[in-house]
This record gives sequence, C-alpha cells and structure tokens, in this order.
Amino acid sequence: MRLRLQQLAVSYPAPGGTLLPALGPITFDIADDEFLCLVGPSGCGKSTLIRVLAGLLQPTAGSAYCGDALIDRPLPDIAIMFQDANLMPWRTVLDNIALPLEIAGVAESERHQTVRELLPQLNLDGFELAYPAELSGGMAQRAALGRVILQQPRIWLLDEPFGALDALTREKLSLELLRLRQRSRQTIVLVTHDISEAVLLADRIIVLSRRPGAVIADIAIDLPRPRFAAMIYQPEFLRLTKQVRESIESLRD
Amino acid sequence: MAKNESTQPEIARPYANGVVWRRLSPLATVLVLILVWHWITDWQLVSRILIPPPAQVLQSLAKALADGTLAKHAGTTLGEMMLGLPLGVSIGLAIGYAIAKAPLLEYILSPIIVAFQSTPIVAYAPLLIIIFGTGPSSKVVTTAVIVFFPTLVNTIVGIRGVSPRLRDLMRSLNASRWQIFRKLELPSALPVILAGLKTSATLAVIGAVVGEFVGSGSGLGVLVISARSQYDTPLVYVTVLTMTAIALSLYSLVALVEWRVLVWQRRST
Repeated sequence: MRLRLQQLAVSYPAPGGTLLPALGPITFDIADDEFLCLVGPSGCGKSTLIRVLAGLLQPTAGSAYCGDALIDRPLPDIAIMFQDANLMPWRTVLDNIALPLEIAGVAESERHQTVRELLPQLNLDGFELAYPAELSGGMAQRAALGRVILQQPRIWLLDEPFGALDALTREKLSLELLRLRQRSRQTIVLVTHDISEAVLLADRIIVLSRRPGAVIADIAIDLPRPRFAAMIYQPEFLRLTKQVRESIESLRD
Repeated sequence: MAKNESTQPEIARPYANGVVWRRLSPLATVLVLILVWHWITDWQLVSRILIPPPAQVLQSLAKALADGTLAKHAGTTLGEMMLGLPLGVSIGLAIGYAIAKAPLLEYILSPIIVAFQSTPIVAYAPLLIIIFGTGPSSKVVTTAVIVFFPTLVNTIVGIRGVSPRLRDLMRSLNASRWQIFRKLELPSALPVILAGLKTSATLAVIGAVVGEFVGSGSGLGVLVISARSQYDTPLVYVTVLTMTAIALSLYSLVALVEWRVLVWQRRST
C-alpha cells in the first residue's frame, strides 16, 4: 500500500508558549511494497514522523495518506514496532504475541493455535509460557515482531526496533525481518541509526536533516535481492554506504 | 542449606530450603510472646488484673465461644466490615480512576479528600452516628470512609504509572476504551492497587470498631467497652485478640490473592 506525505509538519509546544518545529514540512511518497529506511541525526524528527504515520500523533500542518485514506487515527492496515519490545510484563510470550488477535475478538484456542504455528519462525519455540523479563533482548524483540506479524498489516512502521541490541543480534534480526517479509510483501518504513543496516535492507533511503527534519537526500538502493550478510563487503554496497554517510556528514557544519 | 552457592547460583532456585523456616518464623515470634506473657504473669511482675495469665484468657475465650457472646459480637463487626470494605474500596477505585484520567478532577476534589483524610476518624465518627443512627449502617460508613483513602491513592498511582508506550500500542491496535482498561490499565495497576487493599483490609477493622465505640448495640467495640466496665480484663483481651485475628486473616486473604494473581512478578525478579 502506498503512503503519501503532503507538506507534513509537526511542532511541539515549548516553554514560553512558543512552538518548536520538530519536523518538516516534508513531501514524499512511499511506493507500494517499498522498503524505505529513514536515517538522520538524533532529534531530526524520525520518530515523530513514524508516530504521525501510525496515527498516534496529529501533524501540526499538512497530512499523510495511506492509499486514499487520511491518517488521522491508527489505521488497521498499519502496524508499528517500537524501540524496545514494549511487551506487557504480566503476559506470557504467547499472550503478548496474541494481543492483536485478542483485541480483534478472536477466540482464545484459535489465537493460541495461530501463535504456536508462528513460534518456530520466530525461534521462540518452548518459550511461549515465559514472561518478558525472562527473555533476552533479542528474544523479546522477536516476540514483538510476532505481534506485528499477527496484525497482518500492509504497512510496517519500525522505529529503531533493533536499536537496543548488540550488533550481531541486530544484523541477524534484520535479515530475519527480510526473510519473513518475502512471503507476503509489505511496505516497510524503518527508522535506523545504522547506515549499513539501512543499505542492507532498503530499496530506498531518505536522509533527514537536523531539526526540523527535511529531506536532504533520497537514495535508491538497487542491490539485488535476496540480500545476505556478506553483501556488506561488495564494492557496490560500500559505494552506497559512502554516499549515505556523506549526505549525513554534509549536515555537520 | 545454601552452602553450594559457588556451584549453583542462588538465583537459579529462589524457593530453596530456607522458605519453610521463613514461613514459620512469624509463628515462632507469637509463641515467644505468649511465653514472655506467661512468665510476666507467673512471676507476678504485673498485677493479674492488668495482665491476666494466658490460661485465664483462654478460659475466657472458651466461655465466650460457648455462650455465643463472641460469635454474636464478632458477627456484627464482620458483617459491618464485609459491607463497608467493598463499598469504600469500590468508591476509592472509581474516584481514583476518574482522577487519574482527568487531572482537573484532582484540583476540584483534593481539598475535600485531604480534609477528610487528615481529620481523625474518631473525631467525626459521632457525626456519622448522628446521621446514620446507632445501627450497623453507621459502622458500614465509618469502615467505608477509612478504607477509601488508601484505595484512592493507590489507584491514582497505579493508573498514572501505566506505560505511555503500552498505551500507544493499545491505541495502534484500535483497542476500545474497555479493552484498554481491562487488558492494560487494570493488570498494570494491579500490584499497586493490591498493596493499597492490604492496608485497607487492616484499616477496615479500625473503622468498624471505632464506629462501635461511639454508639452501637453490638459488635466487638461494644464488647470491649462492656467487658472493661465490668473489670473482666480477660474478656477485653479475648476481644482485642479477636480483632487482631480478623485483621490478620483479612490481610492474609489479600496477600494470598496477590500471590496468586501476580505470578509474573515473582517470575520476573
């Protein structure tokens, strides 16, 4: 599904009754089935943009559309994955993953069945009755990933979902994400700090400027798919990484 | 017991052998206290009229049980508590939830609530007796009033402590208000609310008995006063210990519920 951002801007109220511009105005489209990575310096409004697309935050100006629908509340076609796993500590892994089905009114036996079928793909076999505090960071994020999958969204918004994990776990999870996605292609918007991760995963990278975030580079990543970890040593990969890095560094003055 | 710590980390078996002793230790405290009590009276350190020996209190207990005095008065007090406690707790939960969701309400209500809380209940209990009469209903009200505040405060703290990011999650899943309450707010606030309920459970006895002190036909508070006026010190002890037993049982009941409901907290530490 296509996403459209039109003159979208967000400001936050600041002390003294003024408005602090956080994002935009920005205008761009995200194509159907596109894997878009948003990169940029901290505080450039990446997370703000994700919250607007998730329908959790009203833009101050402009608008965002999902297909033809105005995003003015959370839309069922759009799912968001947060910076930390954001699991409910009082629920088992099974019931955390099943939450979207539970909210949708699916019967308990049916939703448990669905989750149990999903667990092997998430490498969470045998952990269905564990509580979040008993999981490692990577496992917790995989449970959160399972929860997003069960929403069956057409659009995934991922706000630095692997940011808190160590580099190797992060790479592994990123590639798992690609593998899970290949079965049913969705539009993905991923916010990340990690340039290599962005180049490895994306079809296209948008670089945002410092606050208030504006688009300063729009780079197509035409590496072949399926992608794999060793690609990071290929010259084409390095060239693209360098290009992204230079556009971010052009901001430092 | 825990000598092999070096090979087996303590965290791997949180419910090791020590638990039995830990569970029994309060009982040991009670036994020691009774022994000390016995010796004090046995050696006549204090007049037996002030502190009767345990055996005499036991006799008095047997008598009060046999002739139905204790059952009658304890029944009245329990009845008042069993109405007043849920009443005060439900009102505390409802108002606490409303305040947590609408901070404006806090500004409007807090003067009344704080005034109510900071005035000693013994001071306005007579007022409640005048309004609600000397029957059980006035004690139901004193109980409700005294348990209201801890429930209110803990509900506010609990609901305000709900993770804003989990709220975002529920919103993004298009959860209804009821679902947000039932599946997020309630379970998230439950540990704090149950802690408040433990306080409320012990306060409930105080609420009922204070009401009875001021004016009542029956109840443990009445029994204490009448026993004292007849210089029946053993019966005073029996009554006071009955109140303690009621408070303890109620507290343990809530603690048991807590233990059953909050499995995840035990597993998470």
